[in-house]
Amino acid sequence: MKPWQFFLIFMRIGVSTFGGGYAMLPILQHELIDKRGWLQEDELTEAYALAQCEPGLICVNTAVLLIRPRFGLLPAVVASLGVVLPSVLILILIAAVLYRYANLPLVQNAFAGIRVAVAAIVVHSAWRLLKNGVHDFASGLLYAAAFLLLLFDLLNPVLIIIMAAVVGLLIQTLRAVRKGKAVRK
Amino acid sequence: MICLLLFWEFFKIGLFTFGGGLAALPFLFDLSLRYGWFSQQELADMIAIAESTPGPLAINMATYAGYHTAGIPGSLVASLAMVLPPLTLSLLLCRLLRRYADTSWLERSFWGLRPAVAGLIAAVCCSLIDLALAADLESGLAGGADPLAVLLFILFLPAVFRLKKHPILFIAVGALCGMILQL
Repeated sequence: MKPWQFFLIFMRIGVSTFGGGYAMLPILQHELIDKRGWLQEDELTEAYALAQCEPGLICVNTAVLLIRPRFGLLPAVVASLGVVLPSVLILILIAAVLYRYANLPLVQNAFAGIRVAVAAIVVHSAWRLLKNGVHDFASGLLYAAAFLLLLFDLLNPVLIIIMAAVVGLLIQTLRAVRKGKAVRK
Repeated sequence: MICLLLFWEFFKIGLFTFGGGLAALPFLFDLSLRYGWFSQQELADMIAIAESTPGPLAINMATYAGYHTAGIPGSLVASLAMVLPPLTLSLLLCRLLRRYADTSWLERSFWGLRPAVAGLIAAVCCSLIDLALAADLESGLAGGADPLAVLLFILFLPAVFRLKKHPILFIAVGALCGMILQL
């Protein structure tokens, strides 16, 4: 297995995932397990689950966590570059074309309509994230705090994220300690 | 110089986005407020383009924003900056995980991130609705709404919620409606 093979496979994965990391799993299964037998099913699910808990692009995390333990450093780096390269090239092309035609009235009308569709799509995603992320009073409070702090531009997103991670760690550790005490009693 | 700044800003986004895809949006909105690199309106258009092309949303947005700011070098710098934090962190984590199998602390800190990211996206949502429905982009919704856009939005919402179709479809319909209604 040569590094360029990993580059090509992950480039193919990059091309065929519309809408980001979550669409990646079935294609990885097909390319790495079914077709080539390079990995086991549980390796894939483990790496994929862990990749979601790390910051940054899920596809890059998955690529590295999947490839590095078995095949080494270079294939891992090459795979993560391969997975993003197609979208970078496509977007450069689109940006260049759009730059030329952005001022046409028809294009502007189209984008006005598109913006309405995008607003509805993001409302839907926001609703799903709310359902998955907020379970109890504490998480509801974190949700409201992040929402208000960003809406009124009181704190930048980086600090909000750091704050949420620290508060979450504290709350969960506290809960774990309490549970431990209850069990011992 | 601008490339250095691009690198730094997108590196930070790569480091602090949890949960993929839309999680980068709050950071990009923040960028549009702090630098004149792209407007909020252009960011909304960027979301549509990113949703309609293959690959991770965050990379699409980094490439587009980079191009907007400093051409092809800008787009390469921004997307590379976005890849580096997950790449290096995952490489480090691979090693660590083999030594310490217990990752419960990671899950514990992630517990607080999920509601916070959801809250951030909800705030972005408000800006996007404001952009899409305002009659005049300068004054926003406070200066009055565009009735046609509001009507379209009211029709779109149940469609997006009920029909589990790919976003591309809705974006295409939105573009058609925009051209026909001359929004």
